[in-house]
Amino acid sequence: MKMIHSLFLINCSGDIFLEKHWKSVVSQSVCDYFFEAQEKAIDVENVPPVISTPHHYLISIYRDKIFFVSVIQTEVPPLFVIEFLHRVADTFQDYFGECSETAIKDNVVIVYELLEEMLDNGFPLATESNILKELIKPPTILRSVVNSITGSSNVGDTLPTGQLSNIPWRRAGVKYTNNEAYFDVIEEIDAIIDKSGSTVFAEIQGVIDSCIKLSGMPDLSLSFMNPRLLDDVSFHPCIRFKRWESERVLSFIPPDGNFRLISYRVSSQNLVAIPVYVKHLISFKENSSSGRFDVTIGPKQNMGKTVEGVVMTVHMPKAVLNMNLTATQGSYTFDPVTKVLAWDVGKITPQKLPNLKGIVNLQSGAPKPEENPSLNIQFKIQQLAISGLKVNRLDMYGEKYKPFKGVKYITKAGKFQVRT
Amino acid sequence: MAASPAYGEEKGGSSSLGEPEYGHDPASGGIFASDYKRHDDLKEMLDSNKDSLKLEAMKRIVAMIARGKNASDLFPAVVKNVACKNIEVKKLVYVYLVRYAEEQQDLALLSISTFQRGLKDPNQLIRASALRVLSSIRVPIIVPIMMLAIKEAASDMSPYVRKTAAHAIPKLYSLDSDQKDQLIEVIEKLLADKTTLVAGSVVMAFEEVCPERIDLIHKNYRKLCNLLIDVEEWGQVVIINMLTRYARTQFLSPNQNESLLEESAEKAFYGSEEEDTKDAKAEAASLAKRKPYVMDPDHRLLLRNTKPLLQSRNAAVVMAVAQLYFHLAPKAEVGVIAKALVRLLRSHSEVQYVVLQNVATMSIKRRGMFEPYLKSFYIRSTDPTQIKILKLEVLTNLANETNISTILREFQTYIRSMDKDFVAATIQAIGRCATNIGKVRDTCLNGLVQLLSNRDELVVAESVVVIKKLLQMQPAQHSEIIKHMAKLTDNIQVPMARASILWLIGEYCEHVPKIAPDVLRKMAKSFTNEEDIVKLQVINLAAKLYLTNSKQSKLLTQYVLNLAKYDQNYDIRDRARFIRQLIVPTEKSGALNKYAKKLFLAQKPAPILESSFKDRDHFQLGSLSHLLNAKAVGYQELPDWPDEAPDPSVRNVEVPEWTKCTSREKRKDKVEKPFYSDSEGESGPTESADSEPESDSEESGSSSSSGTSSSSSEEEDEEEEEGGSEEQSEDKEGEEEEEEKRKKKKEKGGPRKASPRSVGSEEEEEAEGKKVKKAAGPQGKKGHAESSSEEASASESSSSGSDSGTEAPTVVEAKRRKVIPSSKAGPKEISLLDLDDFTPPPPQPVPSSSIISTSLVTDLEGLTLTDTSLAPALLSPAFGAVRTYELLHRMAGEGLSVEYCFSRRPFPGDPHMVAVQIQISNNTDAEVKSLRVSEPKLLAGMRIQEFPEIESLAPGDTASVVMGIDFCDSTQAANFQLCTHTRHFYVSIQPPVGELMAPVFMSENEFRKEQEHLARRGEGKLTGMSEITEKLTLPEKCRSDHAIVQQVTSAANVGRVPCGADNEYRFAAKTVTSGSLVLITLEWREGAAAQLTVNSEKMVIGTMLVKDIIQALAQ
Repeated sequence: MKMIHSLFLINCSGDIFLEKHWKSVVSQSVCDYFFEAQEKAIDVENVPPVISTPHHYLISIYRDKIFFVSVIQTEVPPLFVIEFLHRVADTFQDYFGECSETAIKDNVVIVYELLEEMLDNGFPLATESNILKELIKPPTILRSVVNSITGSSNVGDTLPTGQLSNIPWRRAGVKYTNNEAYFDVIEEIDAIIDKSGSTVFAEIQGVIDSCIKLSGMPDLSLSFMNPRLLDDVSFHPCIRFKRWESERVLSFIPPDGNFRLISYRVSSQNLVAIPVYVKHLISFKENSSSGRFDVTIGPKQNMGKTVEGVVMTVHMPKAVLNMNLTATQGSYTFDPVTKVLAWDVGKITPQKLPNLKGIVNLQSGAPKPEENPSLNIQFKIQQLAISGLKVNRLDMYGEKYKPFKGVKYITKAGKFQVRT
Repeated sequence: MAASPAYGEEKGGSSSLGEPEYGHDPASGGIFASDYKRHDDLKEMLDSNKDSLKLEAMKRIVAMIARGKNASDLFPAVVKNVACKNIEVKKLVYVYLVRYAEEQQDLALLSISTFQRGLKDPNQLIRASALRVLSSIRVPIIVPIMMLAIKEAASDMSPYVRKTAAHAIPKLYSLDSDQKDQLIEVIEKLLADKTTLVAGSVVMAFEEVCPERIDLIHKNYRKLCNLLIDVEEWGQVVIINMLTRYARTQFLSPNQNESLLEESAEKAFYGSEEEDTKDAKAEAASLAKRKPYVMDPDHRLLLRNTKPLLQSRNAAVVMAVAQLYFHLAPKAEVGVIAKALVRLLRSHSEVQYVVLQNVATMSIKRRGMFEPYLKSFYIRSTDPTQIKILKLEVLTNLANETNISTILREFQTYIRSMDKDFVAATIQAIGRCATNIGKVRDTCLNGLVQLLSNRDELVVAESVVVIKKLLQMQPAQHSEIIKHMAKLTDNIQVPMARASILWLIGEYCEHVPKIAPDVLRKMAKSFTNEEDIVKLQVINLAAKLYLTNSKQSKLLTQYVLNLAKYDQNYDIRDRARFIRQLIVPTEKSGALNKYAKKLFLAQKPAPILESSFKDRDHFQLGSLSHLLNAKAVGYQELPDWPDEAPDPSVRNVEVPEWTKCTSREKRKDKVEKPFYSDSEGESGPTESADSEPESDSEESGSSSSSGTSSSSSEEEDEEEEEGGSEEQSEDKEGEEEEEEKRKKKKEKGGPRKASPRSVGSEEEEEAEGKKVKKAAGPQGKKGHAESSSEEASASESSSSGSDSGTEAPTVVEAKRRKVIPSSKAGPKEISLLDLDDFTPPPPQPVPSSSIISTSLVTDLEGLTLTDTSLAPALLSPAFGAVRTYELLHRMAGEGLSVEYCFSRRPFPGDPHMVAVQIQISNNTDAEVKSLRVSEPKLLAGMRIQEFPEIESLAPGDTASVVMGIDFCDSTQAANFQLCTHTRHFYVSIQPPVGELMAPVFMSENEFRKEQEHLARRGEGKLTGMSEITEKLTLPEKCRSDHAIVQQVTSAANVGRVPCGADNEYRFAAKTVTSGSLVLITLEWREGAAAQLTVNSEKMVIGTMLVKDIIQALAQ
């Protein structure tokens, strides 16, 4: 397993704006195979993640309008590389606040140092954010100002200790004046609703994102009122698996800062409450260049909470030229090039249901579209975990101070699609 | 790089043209300045004394490198700074050095001394970093230096440095593969490292340098399995992949029995009688050879220790475990991976892409596994096309009679999608469902025919192609469809579809006699404008029509053939020439002409529509090769299971528990080690299922010295007389069953003859530990003879029996009897044969029975294929330690000494009684007569079942009897009198709490359910009512699975419950009288800490049990 040989970062217009080699240099021209595949794929989503070329294999991911193209020479599990590349992108996101071409170019030295630390000879070395941050300080506005004056860089002055500790994900000597631990329970509803409004498929996927700012080496245990709801769970490496197996308690020494504690799926036996319904009437008239569009969104089973942040996006058929619609609430846009209709609804009030209605203009002469587009809905419900999952308590051992603890629940639409 | 700079330069230049944001970085701003001048500037900065200037320069240079620009001419200026004190500058210099050293080898050598110094630094991090950079400099001349550095670092104190050494190995290997042998030595050394930090990296080095040296893994196998969960995630992937390969070479297929059964079933079905008999023989032989499968505990260890990693957040780890289970686990257990794989479908689209490819392959082999998750593969309009198509593939693979209607309904929605490639794929999928599931064929066909009137040509074309394939299966019924399709030739332009229609019409021209010539007419007209594949089919159609309907089509055919004769494509010209010769009779045309019709209109087999993922599983799943469906460079073939498992003892390390842990290992040991010379009654003869005369002799030998009288032989009687001896009371029946099971189990171990010694002896050997060593010879017989000369004749005689092998069982029996208690008086010998028959209640073979019950445990566990192949070995030694209590001391009993122990087997006749094995020895000079129990003084509810009176016991003789006592689930003593013909002795039996129960066997799930149930009941009353938890500290010697299980099972008569989690032990039992459940959980935490939980409705029992177990563990 020779793993990753080289990495090229390519933007959407096909410029290679960064390259890094962990072994002998591989010519940029290897990317031509990638460009070829990209052209064939038409849209970026369909570029195959694994491309075989005469001398190399290219494994790529697409994140935030950047292609991370890695060059591989020998057999390696593709997921290994893909997962690693995503980890790289996550690290950039973590360091620069965004994983964009500009951010990478602005911080090219840090990026290079990060890549140097993350891979040794193509094999992952340090990928934990806590360790990396000890090796290479992330840029802050203040520090970049100071740096530009003093000419110092972001490289840590001290050598890392984390690699040597028993807890590879947490750095030693963390100190805060305010000790806080926050947990966000975020649940997403994935659903497919068919034409008649019945649910074809619905599932709740959740994550618990944590922001832990605790001094020293706290040992936390988080318990739930109803842990049995969690059907399938994946853990941050800090969680003690056995404790969960036996007691259904999350016991862990947390990394410092933001991290994803667990992600879970709620067992499919439980019926999923769908918080919104959509009434729709989309039709295209035969032999005329117009059609009707009428969509109403209403709340349902939202446990007394307000459904907000509602956005509907629709990919209209190619034959659609323009849309003349009236929204009773919010605003809509239609992009005649991409044929994407986006309706930003906002909050739903049951008294007055939001409605979007009007005429669809079709290309004259073209046959009427056979398919009706599906509606993708986004929404948010604060203070509610739709599965009913509840955190019971958080206990801390190993440290004497009293931390401030907080749990926030939020439910969102995941891949929520209404077929018409 | 040689070819690239121009390109790179150009690229870099053009990209930075419009990027003034590089402004803060002067190097890029000066793109138009001549390189020469700009670099001068940088050189100056590098030569300055100020660190800040140097740093600035290095930053610019690194930025240049990052953009792929050539900065190699700065090498001399940069390399000077390698010893710079400023750590930031140093780091960047390293980056530069590693990038350009290969191009400037001579200059690079200047830096080497710095690193060599660094290697000796007291700070481990500096040592590590020096080694890291040194090994990254690809300059062949420093190979010896690198080698030396790696060797030294491999024995560094710091695990971090050792990890770096492991990383450096493949670097050096790629630089100079001649160093392989030396590197392997280093790898071997590092493989033995016990830190998790090193494990992943060294396995990575192993995989790269010497993946074929599987022998290096043996000794580290168990360690790697146990460390796995704590290794960092990337290392986990590498280790799991390597262990998958390893397991394939070292263990037997867990599914081999199934395949064997399938085979034989098939044979029985198809084979002729004669063959059958032959087969039967062959099978019998092969069955004898292939013993029932029992998983190697090491194999189980791997499966158990990888399972928790399915919960990893890292998709690569999950996939690695999934492929491990797919390739290594018994069929029944593979299912667990489905859930985790489905979870990954929520991840990034690239992850989905790879996972779906693997799911597609798996779903062909093991459809049932993903069926519950069918809906997770439903397609959304927002999925990228490549994901849609893969999901479709999975859905199609999952389709069966029961779910097809749901799937077809789903497909209907897909057909109306805007994504036409996806629609085409859906149509193909429908075609595949139709071919695979006969029930829906007509429905599908009708649906597809409807699609023929779709507006989109692509859809129509795809439908035509699929319909063609479907029609081929039953053409006669579908001439209407063929007619319909004939009409389509006017409109449809997609070549493949046109070709398909033409082929259909040609093939079934007899079903559409009127239309066919007309179609040919039209096609002849447009012939020159058609695509090549269409032209070929036109010729084909013409030929077929000519043969069936020459009247109407003769001229047309000739016209078409003439056109084809002058076609630009030589394939078409060839075809035309060939067909003309074949179908048009001329004087020259040969014999083939006569058969033209047969040639063209032969029945053609319907095409089989199968998944492109079929048989892809010969590639290791999750690998690049699997994804590409082609062997990637460096792919390690996944080996086939071996027919015979290689010697498992190679994995033994010097930890004593392990040597005892597998039954097969034991079997081996047994062959090698000398037979025991003498033994104690308690551990006495045990599993005699192998019933080899030779082993019989050994056993009897052992019992002779043990003095437990006939207990051992009795079991053998059962064996030899097929359990027919009447004197065996009904309690024996249970034993027989158990033995049956044991027998089955035995068969797997090795050819019977190959193991001259019975399992009983080996178990005993274990129980006894050191005593074995007394015996010298490698053969049981020999050792036996040597050690106890008084028995020499006996063993000889019986071994002669074994040699001849034909002696009647009774004879052997008699001989065996002879050997039995040497203390037994001569006259008794005569009646020895009858002893069994007429001594009512047969003396209980206490220890053996208890061992049997454990072997039953193991058998059951084996059957459920759960977690515990370790158990047999772990449990059995426990019985060597069955505790004996004194009932009557020799002094108090005036020469009569009585001991008792709890045999731990159900008391015959009354399941609510605890069986107490009593052993009475007559140490007086006179015969003791009419030994019996009388006047029991019992608490309310307690009952006693006395043993039948012993008429007489000769001096020096020992008798063993069983009595049953119902203790009412309390530890109150049972008091009674033991009477002889002259005396009465007051005695009492007080049971330890652990003996008041009998093991029950339950699965992990049942256990949990029961535990919950009990816990809930407890909540209703007072908490703690049904659950007692106690923390304890495990002493040093009690920190192995083996020791823990042994201690717990010796303290209480409980059965082990399989448990998925490592370091957790569960046991279950029911109290004998009331049958209430007792559940024991021992959780072993880090180090010595452990927690013991006992759940029981009987609080008193629970409390006492906790005390007893803790005491046992603390010993």
